[in-house]
Formats: sequence, structure tokens, C-alpha cells
Amino acid sequence: MISSGEIRNFLIYGVLLALVATLPFWGQDYWLTIGVTIASFAAMVTSWSIFSGPTHYISLSTAAFFGVGSYTTALGIEYFPELPYWTLLVIAGGLGAVMALLVGLTTLRLSGVYFVIFTLGLAELIRQVVTWLQNWSGQKGLYVLTDLGDREIYWQFLGLCVLVYIVGWLIQRSKVGLALRVIGDDEEVAKHAGIHSARLKVLLFMIPGAVAAVAGAILAPRYIYIEPMLAFTPLLSFQVVIMALLGGTGRLWGGLIGVIPFVLVWEAIAISLPNQTTLLLGVAFLVIVYFIPKGFVGILLDLRRRLMSGGREG
Amino acid sequence: MEVIITGLVLGGTYALVALGLNIQYGISRIMNLANGELLVAGGLAAFWFWTAGQISPMLTLVIVAPGAFVLNYLIYVIMLRPLVRRAKSQGELEVSSILATFGLAFVGVGIMLALVGGQYFSYSYLSRPIEILGSNYGLNRIIAFLAAAVMCALVYLWLHKSRMGMSIRALAVAPDSAVLVGVNVERLSALAFAIGGAITAVGGALISTFLTLDPSSGVLFTLKALVIVIMGGVGDTRGTIVAALLLGILETFVATVFDPGLTLAAAYLLFVLVLLFRPQGFFGKPTS
Repeated sequence: MISSGEIRNFLIYGVLLALVATLPFWGQDYWLTIGVTIASFAAMVTSWSIFSGPTHYISLSTAAFFGVGSYTTALGIEYFPELPYWTLLVIAGGLGAVMALLVGLTTLRLSGVYFVIFTLGLAELIRQVVTWLQNWSGQKGLYVLTDLGDREIYWQFLGLCVLVYIVGWLIQRSKVGLALRVIGDDEEVAKHAGIHSARLKVLLFMIPGAVAAVAGAILAPRYIYIEPMLAFTPLLSFQVVIMALLGGTGRLWGGLIGVIPFVLVWEAIAISLPNQTTLLLGVAFLVIVYFIPKGFVGILLDLRRRLMSGGREG
Repeated sequence: MEVIITGLVLGGTYALVALGLNIQYGISRIMNLANGELLVAGGLAAFWFWTAGQISPMLTLVIVAPGAFVLNYLIYVIMLRPLVRRAKSQGELEVSSILATFGLAFVGVGIMLALVGGQYFSYSYLSRPIEILGSNYGLNRIIAFLAAAVMCALVYLWLHKSRMGMSIRALAVAPDSAVLVGVNVERLSALAFAIGGAITAVGGALISTFLTLDPSSGVLFTLKALVIVIMGGVGDTRGTIVAALLLGILETFVATVFDPGLTLAAAYLLFVLVLLFRPQGFFGKPTS
């Protein structure tokens, strides 16, 4: 059942969404560009947290799915021009989900380390294969020529975000969400309670896989020209992990409060100190592990708890 | 035949690097994702000594090994021990140590980028041909292989014949019971981490004599070393060496027959097969 509190929240979110959706009309091209980046990361990071938050499995393969999605759009436009554009997004999502299924079936019944290692190299693996195929077929890269501008791309990402949030919310309030919380708490207990933890993890991993692929498909027209180095850039995977952990994976809204500050800081650093972004990424990782292991969500929840108990005492 | 010898030679140096990682993971329980950066740093040191003073990479090892030992010891004591103490379970330690060493890896790349920029560094050391069984091989590769083989043998003897090696193996097999028989877990973990790091850095210095490295090539080596460790079995010296030689041969085969750009794909193929059929490693016993 949907409570009245939830209806109120939905109304608030609806109004906020409508406000955010007007960004392209503000006439600020710089902010629209940032908006596209933030919206794309918000979708990928939130879906990453839906899987990694409860399972504690760290996936480092966002770039692999993203690249597959970009190539879906590029190849689709090149070879099947009669297909409507939106079908390419659906195909990309399907491919991403199937890929995640295969990866999950190989690694997710084993301990987390295997999964981390496998996903760490997945983007590089697919990049090598795509490069090899391109050399073999004599093709260098692909042009993605559409009439889609930043504005359309931005709206598509907003739509993707809404979809991710709805999926996350539905999972949370379903039996699956309860099972996930048990797994996150203690996998042994979960198994004894009759939860199919391996199967659940595989299914759940399909969500970030599909979302990252769709994100790649949406963003492809912006690149105009696609080649493996660009589509499978490993940096993307690490950025997604950092933002998710910075925000905190315990709550659905954690992704967003990690993405916004990180993107803003990142853009500023990338402009003023372009050679130090790797160092920044490393330092960000260390700061999160040592000082804010539960992310901003953890800090905020702590603060709220303290305020509430303080209020009761006073 | 040529593929097999080149592969064995390459695998020999991989074995040394993976051995370093395996000691760090099997004994200190830290999955060190900054392993490849350490390797590149070792190579960078060898490169510097060679270009600055024509000091042979073999002599450089005498400096690289203790340097890496101290660096890794400090990293363990300052950065990783707090994580070990904080962790409530092995799983939690795994997640936080993966993230922390990942951060270290990026910091390492960032520092090296700041030092040398994005360019590749390579030097020519003993790059004259030597004939074995009718084919020519680079002398530097052969020397590196021999050095790696000697080091592997030393590590093996140390682990299996010395008293400290025995404590270390006890720690790897049963960390909880090791305490009962008087093994100082905290001290030994730090030492093992430092020794593993030193081994990897030495491997890096050797690899740099015949491969071109750049600051960001570390992650590829990390991946290969990880695949080798998993294939060979965590904490298993013998398995690591076999797996490394196998990977070396397969990589050389793929590079000569298909494309040099597909080496990681080859490593992954092996990895997937191992994950599907023998996730406990070549010589490991199945766990429940």
C-alpha cells in the first residue's frame, strides 16, 4: 500500500523533477553540459548502489557496459538506419543485462574478490576484442550522426534516472528488498532463511549493467565519433564507484548527493590541473575509506540521530 | 618451440611478480590492487639508475628490494593495519582493503605521472641476441628469467625451510590458531606484506629490462598477477609458478598467432575456465 506520506513525497519529487527538467531553458550552456554529466552519473551511480549497497560486491565494470551501449547506438545508426532511435536504447539495455547475467553467473557464486578482479579487467578485455575486430575488418572508428543535442540527451538521462529510482523504490518495498537486507547483514543467515543469495545477486547485477549500457547508448550521439579508447575508458568505472561511496550506498538518494559535489569538484580540477585528476581520484578513494566509510548518507543519518536524541533530552 | 621458450621466459618474470602478490594476499590478507604500480615503480627505479649512471639493473635490485621493503612496511603499518583492526569480518576487511589499495594505486600513478609525465620509459640493456636451440632470443630476457628463477627458488626455500617461513605458512593456513602456537600475527603480517612488495618491485625492475613501461601500465600487470594468483591458488607457491608459466606461454602464443593486442583476453580466457571449473586453484582442495 502507498501511504499518505509517500504520496506527499511523490508530489515533492514530481515538482523538483519538473524544476530540474527546465534546465535547458535557462540559457546557460555550461550548466546544461554539467547537467548532462550529473544526470548521467546519477543514473549509473544509483543503479550501482542498488546492487553493491546490499551485497557489498564492488563492481568495477561500468565502463564495459557503457562502451557496449555506445557501440550499440553507433552500429545501429550505421547499419540499421530504419530502426527508430528509442529501440536502440532498449537493445542496449537488453545487451547490458545479458552481459551482466553472464558475468554474474561466472563470478557471483564465488567470494567478492573474484568478482572485483573479473570486473576490473572486463572493460579492458572488451576493448581489446573490439579493437582487434576493428583492425581485422579494417575499420577505425564509427561516426554517430544524429540531430540530438545536449537538451534531448539531458532529458533522456532524467528519464533514465526516474526509471532507476522507481526500480530501486520498488525493490526496497518488496520481499526482494527484505531478502537483500538480510544478505547484506549476514549472508550465512540469509542462506539458512532459504534465500537464494547467488541467484538474487546475479539478477540484481543486471540492473547496473543495463543502466550503464543505456547510458552509453544515450551519450553516444554527443561524442559524434566513437573509438574503443573513448567508449571503454576505464576512468568511468572508478568515477562511478567513488561517487557511489562518497554519497553512501545505504539509501537510494545517496547516489545523488555523491554525484553532485564530485562532478562539480572534478570539473573544476580537470580545468585547472588536468594532469592531477588521477592523483585526485586516489586521494578521494583514501579519504572515503579512512574518514567517511559510510559516505555522506552515514554522516547525515548520524547527524539526524544526534539531533533527535538531543531534542529528547532538552 | 620458439613460442614455448619465449613464453616460459615471460612467465618466469610473471611468476616472481605474482609470488609477491600472493604473499601479500595469502598471508597478510590484503588484496593489494596497487601491486602493478609497485612493479612499475621498480621498473622506473631501474630505468633511472641506468640512464643516470649506467648502473646495471641487476645491481639496482640491491637498492630496489630494501627500498620497496621499507615502503611496503610503512604502507602496511600506517594505512592497512588500522583497517585490519577496524574490520569486523574478513569480508569487511576485503572491501576496505580493496578500496584503500585502489586509492593507493591511483596515488601511485598520479605521483609517477607528475615525476616522468605520460611518456613511456625504456632503455636498452643487454639487448643483443643469444642463440638457444637454433633460435635467437634477447639476452636481457634470458638474464631476467634466470634472475627471476633464482629469486623464486629463494622464496620457496625460505617459506618451506626456515623457521620464519614456517610461521608465515601457519599464518596463511590458520590465522586464528597460529596465535596459539606463538606466532606474532601483527608483526608477521606486516613483514610478509613488506617482503611481498619487495619481491614485486624486483620483478618490476627485471621486467623493465625488456618491456616498455609507462606510469599507467600498472593496472594490466595487477590484473595478470591477480589472475595468476587465483589460478595457482591463494598462498600456494608452486601453483603460482605453474600458473605464471602457463599464462606466459598462452600470452606469447596469442600474441604471435593472433594479435599482440589480445594478451589480456588470453589471460581472461584462462581465468574464466578456472573460475568455472577450479575456483580453488590448480592444487587446491575443494572447499564446501
